[in-house]
Amino acid sequence: MRREVPLLFTVVFGLLMIVDFFVPHPFIADWAQRFRDWAIIIIAASFFLGVANLVKINLHKVSRREKEWPFAAALLGSLFVTLFLGLAFGIADKGGIRGVFNSIFLYMYTPMQATMFSLLAFYIASAAFRSFRVRSFEATLLAVTAVFVMIGRVPVGNAMSDALNLPDGLTFASVQAWIMDFPNLAAKRAILIGAALGAIATGLKIVLGIERNYLGEGGAGK
Amino acid sequence: MSLATRLEKLDRRYLFLVILLAVLLPLLNPLGLPIEPTPKVIGLHKAIEALPEGSVVYFATDWDPSAAPELVPMAQATLRHLFRRNMKVICGTTWPTAGPLAENVLREIGDECGKTYGEDYVNLGFKEGREVVMVSIATDIANAYPVDYHGKPTTSYPIMADVKDFQDVALLLNISGGYPGTKEWLQQVQRRFGMKMGTCTTAVSEPEYVPNFQSGQLVGLVGGLAGAAEYERLIDTPGTATRGMDAQSLGHLAIIALIIVSNVAFLLRKRSGKSGPP
Repeated sequence: MRREVPLLFTVVFGLLMIVDFFVPHPFIADWAQRFRDWAIIIIAASFFLGVANLVKINLHKVSRREKEWPFAAALLGSLFVTLFLGLAFGIADKGGIRGVFNSIFLYMYTPMQATMFSLLAFYIASAAFRSFRVRSFEATLLAVTAVFVMIGRVPVGNAMSDALNLPDGLTFASVQAWIMDFPNLAAKRAILIGAALGAIATGLKIVLGIERNYLGEGGAGK
Repeated sequence: MSLATRLEKLDRRYLFLVILLAVLLPLLNPLGLPIEPTPKVIGLHKAIEALPEGSVVYFATDWDPSAAPELVPMAQATLRHLFRRNMKVICGTTWPTAGPLAENVLREIGDECGKTYGEDYVNLGFKEGREVVMVSIATDIANAYPVDYHGKPTTSYPIMADVKDFQDVALLLNISGGYPGTKEWLQQVQRRFGMKMGTCTTAVSEPEYVPNFQSGQLVGLVGGLAGAAEYERLIDTPGTATRGMDAQSLGHLAIIALIIVSNVAFLLRKRSGKSGPP
C-alpha cells in the first residue's frame, strides 16, 4: 500500500490534468480547478517545512559550534526578528508611513541582494579575460561572435556604426540582430523541442507509474 | 617574466578597477549615446498602442531584488505607457519577494500618472504554487487571489467588477526574472487560452524567447537594460535605463578591450614557443 496509493494518486491526478488541457467540459474543468486549489494549499504548507528544516539545521550548527556557526546564528536571528516584526506589525504600509517589515525588506534585503548580483559583472570581466583565448577555430568564432553581440546590443554600437559610415545591413546592431534571429534562434528552437520531447517522455513515465524515483527508497523498488 | 606572461597573469583587481572606472565615469558624466529601438521592443509598444482604451492588462511581476536593477526600469516604462493609454492594470506575482517591489513601482508610477488604487490598478500580491497558480489565475482570478496585497477582498475593488478570468484580459505582460516566469506563462497560459502576451526579461534570458517572438507567441520582447532604454525612448521619457546605457556601453567596450589584450598576450607567448599555461 505504501507504493500503490501514491502511484494511484499520481495516475489519477496526472491523467486528469492532461485531459483538462484538451477537454473543456465543465465537469472536468471543475474537478481540475479543485485539484489545483488543493495543490496550492499543499505547496504553501511546504513553506513551513522549509523554514522548520532551515531552523533545525542551523540550530544544530550553532549548538555544536560547528565551522562558521556565527553565520548560522546571524541567519536564525534575522529570521526570527523579521518573522516577529511581520506578525506583530503586519507587512503593509499604514497611513502613508512605511512599516518596519517593509523597511527591512526595501532598505536592507533589496540593496544587499542587488549588490550580490551586481558583483557578477566584475567576475564576468575577470572570467572573460582568462577564458576567451583563441586556442582553436571554435574558440575564435565564439570570441568574435561575443564581441559583435556585446557591441551591437548597446548604443556605442550605433555610434561606432555612424562614425564608420557602415551600410544599413552591416552595422553592429544589424549583425547582432542577425546572430540573435538566425543562428541563436535555430539553436534555441532545437534545444526547446528536444527538452520538450524529453519532458513529455518523463512526464508520461511518471504519470503511468513507470518512473518511481519520486517515491523514495521504499517505494522505488519494483 | 616576459610582458606577455605578466599580462596573462595580471592581478584580477586591476581588471575590477578597469570595469569600475568604465561604469562609474559615464554615470557621473553622461555621454548621451543614441538609442535606437529594435523590432522586438517596438512590437510590444505597438501592441499596447493597439489596445482599446480601458482594456485590462495582467501585469505579472516575477522578479526579486537581484534582477531589480534590470527589470524595475522596464516595469516603470511599460507601466507609464499603460497608464498613459488609460489601461486597467491587475498585478500579481508568483515570486515571494516581488510583492513589495511591485507595490513600490505601481504606487510610484500610479501617483505620477494620477491613477487610483482599486479603480485603475490593483496589486494582488504573491501566491505560492507557480504553474498551478498561473492556470488558476487564468480560469478565475478572484479564486486564485481571494485577497489583495493589502489583505482586502479582491472582489471589493471596482477594477475587478467586470474581470473574472483571462477572457476579460486583453494583454498578459510578464516582467520575468527567471523561474517561474515567461516560459511557464507561455506553456500554461498563452497557448492554452490564446492570450496576447508580451515579456520584459533579463538580458541573459532574452535569447531564449527569440523563437517565441518569431513564432508570434510573444507580441513583444524587451530584454535587459538596453531594452528598457529603447522602451523609454519609444514613450519619450528617459529614465534609469537611459542613464545606465552609457555605463553599459563603456562596460562592454572595457570587457572587449580586456579580451583583446589577453589574446594578444596569449598569441605573443605562443609565438615565443611557450604554448603551455602561463
